[in-house]
Amino acid sequence: MSILRSTAADLAGSIAAGDVSAREVTQAHLDQIGAVDGAVKAFLHVDTDRALAAADAVDAKRAAGEKLGPLAGVPLAMKDIFTLKGAPTTCGSRILEGWVPPYNSTITDKLLDAGVVVLGKTNMDEFAMGSSTENSGYFTTHNPWDNTRIPGGSGGGSAAALAAFESPLAVGTDTGGSIRQPASVTGTVGVKPTYGATSRYGVVAMASSLDTPGPCARTVLDAALLHSVIAGWDPRDSTSINAPVPDVVGAARHGDVRGLKIGVVTEFGGEGYQPGVEQRFREALATLEGLGAEIVEVSCPHFEYALAAYYLIMPSEVSSNLARFDAMRYGLRVGDDGVNGVEDVMNLTRGAGFGSEAKRRIIIGTYALSSGYYDAYYGSAQKVRTLITRDFDAAFGTVDVLVSPTTPTTAFTIGERVDDPLAMYKADLCTIPSNLAGNCAISIPCGLSPDDGLPVGFQVMAPALADDRLYRVGAALERELTRRWGGGMLDQLADSDAGAYLNLSQAGGVR
Amino acid sequence: MALTAADVARLGELARIRLTDDELAHLAPQLDVILESVASVAAVAAADVPPTSHALPLTNVFRADVVTPSLRAEDVLAAAPAVEDGRFRVPRILAEES
Repeated sequence: MSILRSTAADLAGSIAAGDVSAREVTQAHLDQIGAVDGAVKAFLHVDTDRALAAADAVDAKRAAGEKLGPLAGVPLAMKDIFTLKGAPTTCGSRILEGWVPPYNSTITDKLLDAGVVVLGKTNMDEFAMGSSTENSGYFTTHNPWDNTRIPGGSGGGSAAALAAFESPLAVGTDTGGSIRQPASVTGTVGVKPTYGATSRYGVVAMASSLDTPGPCARTVLDAALLHSVIAGWDPRDSTSINAPVPDVVGAARHGDVRGLKIGVVTEFGGEGYQPGVEQRFREALATLEGLGAEIVEVSCPHFEYALAAYYLIMPSEVSSNLARFDAMRYGLRVGDDGVNGVEDVMNLTRGAGFGSEAKRRIIIGTYALSSGYYDAYYGSAQKVRTLITRDFDAAFGTVDVLVSPTTPTTAFTIGERVDDPLAMYKADLCTIPSNLAGNCAISIPCGLSPDDGLPVGFQVMAPALADDRLYRVGAALERELTRRWGGGMLDQLADSDAGAYLNLSQAGGVR
Repeated sequence: MALTAADVARLGELARIRLTDDELAHLAPQLDVILESVASVAAVAAADVPPTSHALPLTNVFRADVVTPSLRAEDVLAAAPAVEDGRFRVPRILAEES
């Protein structure tokens, strides 16, 4: 058995059966990080001692005859936005450099309680603002498929860790596409659950009415297993939904789309979409049709205003949320020379500690919320949010799920969009509507674009609290494509010349 | 409605961010382009459309008024930029002359 190429489900099974120890599994992944992360740069912090201790604890539990959870002993890469007691949490920002949180996020606690082994914290765009990790205050993560390309963002570190076989599981957060777009461009699976289904407690806030933590993995079933571990009501999050978590694992095992009505969003295609992306998307539709789904076109006329509404609502919330970084109780403090007053210290600290995208968004938000402009900008954007929700409601009255490409292009080149904010923002064109409406969505790999050989993502959107439908469609598509390809999407990287540096082809026989 | 460097400096002041002259010169045209593109929301925001501030119907959440465990003061102060006598030490909060 190849540890690195195994699924999380198989690893958990092997650990529970005693075929391999959690320590061996963890060590293998730490070794892979040591071997390839110099090229990929997915991790901001690798927590070797803690990870091995957590693995040993799982092995001890098993030896004592205790029953292990479905992901016990399986390693996970944690986006550096989740607090983890005793480990640095930077959120990709210099303003939080060296901050060690005194508490765990609810999701961190759920993972640790489940025996999941946290390997370390992954790189991200500063405060989750970006589509490439180029806005990280530390360094840019490289796409494992082509190290000159971006891994997506903001959760590019988590997605790259999966694609480089540094970890079989990861967690991210999705405010405008920060789980799904990185999944799309790295050939991995990423899920934005229904807003409120996963707790935001202990997750550094960006735009609170949109932020949604979620699972990342290499297979649909692994994502579902992780989803069921991290989801659920949390009294410490005032917008947490007190409702049962849908049977996402059952849906992922079932994966039957016969009779399912799938709506293709008319507005998400054409100009600005890479031909290879559209080709693979259309082929995936045909595949689903062949599996018994019914495909129809659905128009969502207000989706074309989603990007504009998002880039008003999100910065407005950002300008408010990031006010907490005031240099008083934690984080960076600049200019405290005994002469400067508190306002000067705040001004100097925030000027020095925030990167340019954080500054852009705080300034836009401050402008949009200022008197005289509030109605035209923020007020109008909130109305568009209503119109987008109505489009979804109308669509879900006639179809079970909506689908689109996850993002209009494959991974772009590092540096290509870094000084063109609008071009960068367009990476989130198809993912934003689900954040504004609060429903759920998944990105699943649907092949390599024939024009550049890079992964293409297929997005499925479902109504709020119908997260199981994402896994049903995702599993059906994944099963059929895996059968055709003779392996998973990431096997194609592992066995290719481009993936030779990952050192997986020798060990890759058994899956 | 072109934003000037002075406008951006004023917004930076409101947001408590000291921006350098280079940053102001760089940000002003970028913000203009962004604001121009997001202004399209006004085109469909008719008077009869109610605003949505949140994806969920929100009601205020209360919990029982009972003492629950909280963080230890020393754990919180450990992350502070400056500490004095078991408290956060901050720069002076009043101006010299006011």
